Amino acid sequence: MEKLQQLQGVAPPLPRANIDTDIITPMARLNTAGEHNMHEFTFEPLRFLADGSENPDFVLNKPAYRDAQILIAGRNFGCGSSRETAVWGIRGLGIRCVIAESFGDIFFNNCFQNSVLPIRLPAETVADLMAEASDDQGNMQFQLDVAQRTLTTPSGRVISFDLTPDRQAALLEGLDEIAQTLKDDADTTAFQNKDRSARPWIHELGRIE
Amino acid sequence: MSEAKTLVEKLWSTHIVRSLGEDLDLLHVDRLLLHDLSGARAMKELQERGLSVRNPELCLATPDHSISTMPGRTLASSEHGEAFGGGLRDMANATGIAHYGLEHSNQGIVHVVGPETGYTLPGCLLVCGDSHTSTHGAMGCMAFGIGSSELVHVMATQTIRQRRPKAMRITIDGDLGPGVEAKDVILHIIGQLGVAAGTGHAVEYAGSTIANMSMEGRLTICNLSIEFGARMGMVAADDTTFEYLKGKPLAPEGAAWDEALAYWRTMVSDDGAVFDREVSIDASEIAPQITWGTSPGQTVAVTQNIPTPDSFAEAEQQQGAVNALDYMDLKAGAPIAGTKIDRIFIGSCTNSRLSDLRRAAAIAKGRQVAEGVIALVVPGSVPVKVAAEAEGLHEIFLDAGFEWREPGCAQCVASNGEVVPPGERCISTANRNFVGRQGPGARTHLAGPAMAAAAAVMGEITDVRNLEPADLGLEEAE
Repeated sequence: MEKLQQLQGVAPPLPRANIDTDIITPMARLNTAGEHNMHEFTFEPLRFLADGSENPDFVLNKPAYRDAQILIAGRNFGCGSSRETAVWGIRGLGIRCVIAESFGDIFFNNCFQNSVLPIRLPAETVADLMAEASDDQGNMQFQLDVAQRTLTTPSGRVISFDLTPDRQAALLEGLDEIAQTLKDDADTTAFQNKDRSARPWIHELGRIE
Repeated sequence: MSEAKTLVEKLWSTHIVRSLGEDLDLLHVDRLLLHDLSGARAMKELQERGLSVRNPELCLATPDHSISTMPGRTLASSEHGEAFGGGLRDMANATGIAHYGLEHSNQGIVHVVGPETGYTLPGCLLVCGDSHTSTHGAMGCMAFGIGSSELVHVMATQTIRQRRPKAMRITIDGDLGPGVEAKDVILHIIGQLGVAAGTGHAVEYAGSTIANMSMEGRLTICNLSIEFGARMGMVAADDTTFEYLKGKPLAPEGAAWDEALAYWRTMVSDDGAVFDREVSIDASEIAPQITWGTSPGQTVAVTQNIPTPDSFAEAEQQQGAVNALDYMDLKAGAPIAGTKIDRIFIGSCTNSRLSDLRRAAAIAKGRQVAEGVIALVVPGSVPVKVAAEAEGLHEIFLDAGFEWREPGCAQCVASNGEVVPPGERCISTANRNFVGRQGPGARTHLAGPAMAAAAAVMGEITDVRNLEPADLGLEEAE
């Protein structure tokens, strides 16, 4: 996994609540697009008009925000389905950090699998950040420091955020979860050996042909 | 400190392979369900990374998302059926994972197949690359959806890294009124609590309404847990569960059944167990629900008016209502009943089981689908379809002008190309009314199967209690 240590740049505000994974990556695109080009369709119902042209009012279409790496989003961002394509789509746009009051749990987990950092902050703080981000000529700079677990706003306010030590280490060092778990596979074998006598019905599964 | 434990605490502690830190554990995965959309992709990634499936004997695969539901279908009948369904089949065969393909007598929607075959068992930990995996919790187990990277992790290691959820209990007491069903209960709950109320929580449903509810009703309730953000939903296994499970093809038999049963009876929340949040719901107050917006929490009783944006307290909800009313082309303040519809869809992992089809058939019998309305009935699995046909339900639907389809996810998510055209209004028994969910520009109203059937025959949103259900001459469904 790619490392994520620091970011600096603008942070477009997307205040709409409950942006679900069907909006982030619509089903019709899941069938045909892959990890490399999912970003072409990210936020499709909001980002493009019915005729396929860009919606000039959508924040990520504004010139100042096209290369943004930080997104400040409305509450319950990424609710809905388990599709990891939603993270691919955001990451493909260049976004490595999403800040919101709350997230869909599966989306939240999926972010960490793709070196994207979701940050939960209180509603008032998110509102303040959006205000700072909006009040600009397109060059309001935020700074993210994963090692320090801080976000510094354009006005210099330093905001700390929660990040568990395992996830922090994974981001900083680009660790791969599967490789880590496989190193301790003997634990799984031991669990299964013991569990076979405690819950044999779990392991001796019938078959229908 | 109290020794009393919640159900989720017991389920959690019995699956810990290793503690990885505060609140973070490596858990054993007892059951992994794979479907064509996420499963084929994850299996391909596993192969590309040079990894193998650690315990193929614990996994089960069946195609549901990308496949056509047209009678006489093959994988080639839908645009992506061969790529995803064929991909799943090939990977399952190569890795030794049991596969219920299109020709198999158990094929169906993963969340229908698991419980009805006995693959899903009380006390187990089950995962699947699908958010509606919460459904299986109705069997008294821990079940949740995961992304494709986590799927690869589970296939390679038979474990998953998880953080302990908070525990919430929703106690539902009282009798449901005539014409009110499990779908109405859970839509009402989501409407009351809001779509993010369950975030970070494992939700246990309890109370007399749940105790008296059929297994299939409980599956519907747990299915929609994800729609208010819950990580999982569950109902402690009881005699209803055990009666449902006994004799299912993959359930334990004989002495193994007795041993399992004794164990399962211990997997309940202890008296005095402390939950992080408790909610009480009065079932007698619930009326048939219909959603009006683009989020499952935007629901009203069918007797109510479409809400006005200013009736909501928060600015965010008000803006959400403005956006939703615009997308749905609805007039705030007008009665929701009487809204003209173009289509109805009865099916999905929420409401495609035998009892769902029976309730819809009781409304359809002796009536006709309104002119210009397209009405689909898609049974959730081959066993459901076979059982429904044995009772003649398919003839009731066909005589009334409904289409009778083959099992799959179909128009819930339209990933098989069976979309609702832009601007058309569809009453759906599925779980999501999101923008574009049934196809770009499609307008979805969620409701239960009887409400959907009522809308089909009246051509408009209708209070199902105004239509006398026919007597199908059947015993009560499971």
